[in-house]
Amino acid sequence: MQFRLKTPISEEDIRKLNVGDIVYLDGMVYTGRDEVHIHALEKAEHGEKPPVDFNRSVLYHCGPIMKKVGENWAMVAAGPTTSSRMNSLEPKFIEKFHPAAIIGKGGMSQPTIDAMAKHAAVYLAITGGAAVLAAKGVKKVHGVYWFELGMPEAIWVLETENFGPLIVGIDSHGKSLFADVDAKVKKNVDMAKKRLNIA
Amino acid sequence: MISEKLIKDATIELLRKTVTRMPADVVNELKSALKNETDDVPRMQLKAILDNLELAEKTTTPLCQDTGVTIFYVNLPRCLNVDVEKAIVEGVRTATKEVPLRPNAVHPLTRKNPGDNVGRKMPYVNFKVWDKDYLEITVMTKGAGSENMSQLAMLTPSQGVKGVKEFILNVVLKAGSNPCPPTILGVGIGGSSDIAMKLSKEALLRPIDKPNEDPEIAAMEKDLKEALNMLGIGVMGLGGKTTVLGVNIEYAFCHTASLPVAVNVQCWAARRGTVQIFPDERMKFPTHEG
Repeated sequence: MQFRLKTPISEEDIRKLNVGDIVYLDGMVYTGRDEVHIHALEKAEHGEKPPVDFNRSVLYHCGPIMKKVGENWAMVAAGPTTSSRMNSLEPKFIEKFHPAAIIGKGGMSQPTIDAMAKHAAVYLAITGGAAVLAAKGVKKVHGVYWFELGMPEAIWVLETENFGPLIVGIDSHGKSLFADVDAKVKKNVDMAKKRLNIA
Repeated sequence: MISEKLIKDATIELLRKTVTRMPADVVNELKSALKNETDDVPRMQLKAILDNLELAEKTTTPLCQDTGVTIFYVNLPRCLNVDVEKAIVEGVRTATKEVPLRPNAVHPLTRKNPGDNVGRKMPYVNFKVWDKDYLEITVMTKGAGSENMSQLAMLTPSQGVKGVKEFILNVVLKAGSNPCPPTILGVGIGGSSDIAMKLSKEALLRPIDKPNEDPEIAAMEKDLKEALNMLGIGVMGLGGKTTVLGVNIEYAFCHTASLPVAVNVQCWAARRGTVQIFPDERMKFPTHEG
């Protein structure tokens, strides 16, 4: 099924999604990768809030190329980064900040799948490397926080319009497309070994 | 005359071409992969990849936001008496602003980002002196998603060819959906630990439609490609028939007690570019003609 969702996204809307569904997004999306996870969680321990409100909003595992045009930032290229690098931090991040969706590539591990089921969140897969296509869905760059972490690691505030297509890779019911593929791959290993005469 | 200014300008143009347009051999392989896939999900992913390539080329925009760290391979004419490395470094600094490239180079421990892709030993320039009269500079702008999946194994000689194949298979299985498949595998066999790693990356400089000159190695490349595509990891790890676009192997003689094997994993966005700079100041971009 195909859905068009606008941030903030309610728990009810997220629960409707199943793995394999296609989603297009409108509204605010915040980028965040390794350093944003580390810093946001560190600050939270001291009772400090991150500069943007992730609640029922969308976190994008992305380190974009941006260009300054006059006083404003313009987006050049904005594909996803490898989500598995955030595996160890994501369950805590979801628990603390309650994003409704996380966009990335490559999928995430079981603790994140569990946290998504518990807190009504989904993982939306976007084609890795297709950075110009992704940038087309960004209507406006509203600003940047934590720029001192470097361009790729900062929080970029993006207003999206018809951002997608995104595939629901992990839904909020404990299902993961990537886990399904993994199970199939395990079965195929013997066939590949036979082809290589190493069975 | 080949001056520092000319080399700097050539470096900027080389980077612009390399990050905005892919070499033909990889694009052709992606197109045949799309023809070969029957399911909706891999077809949708491959279409997005090909649409993105077209859009990037048309608008001269970096096709992937990860423009890598700048590692260069230079073939140096014997009598050239200019600071090629300095010119390349200045080229990278300017290209980062003008193309633009993403400022990726950071201090490995403090993670501080100077913002211009220039830092200690980066750009990294590999030099070879050659007998030709022109300067040749090659660059690979390789994303970290795939580079992070690269591995070295110091096998024992008794593990032999079987061990080599098993190791390559395991690298692909472990990488899974992470390195932006379909990938290209650069494999370095023999030498020593450092030489095997170096060969594995240099293997990626060879077009994937050019098999190794040694027929036995070429057969191994073909077997590995076919076998790895049976795994079903698929485009972006979402399943399908295309897990690798190609396998390129290079080898070197090694110590009788060693069998080093290195695999350098390259994402589908296999951006590589070469510029040749001639004494009469002409420039040619053999990877980006037409």
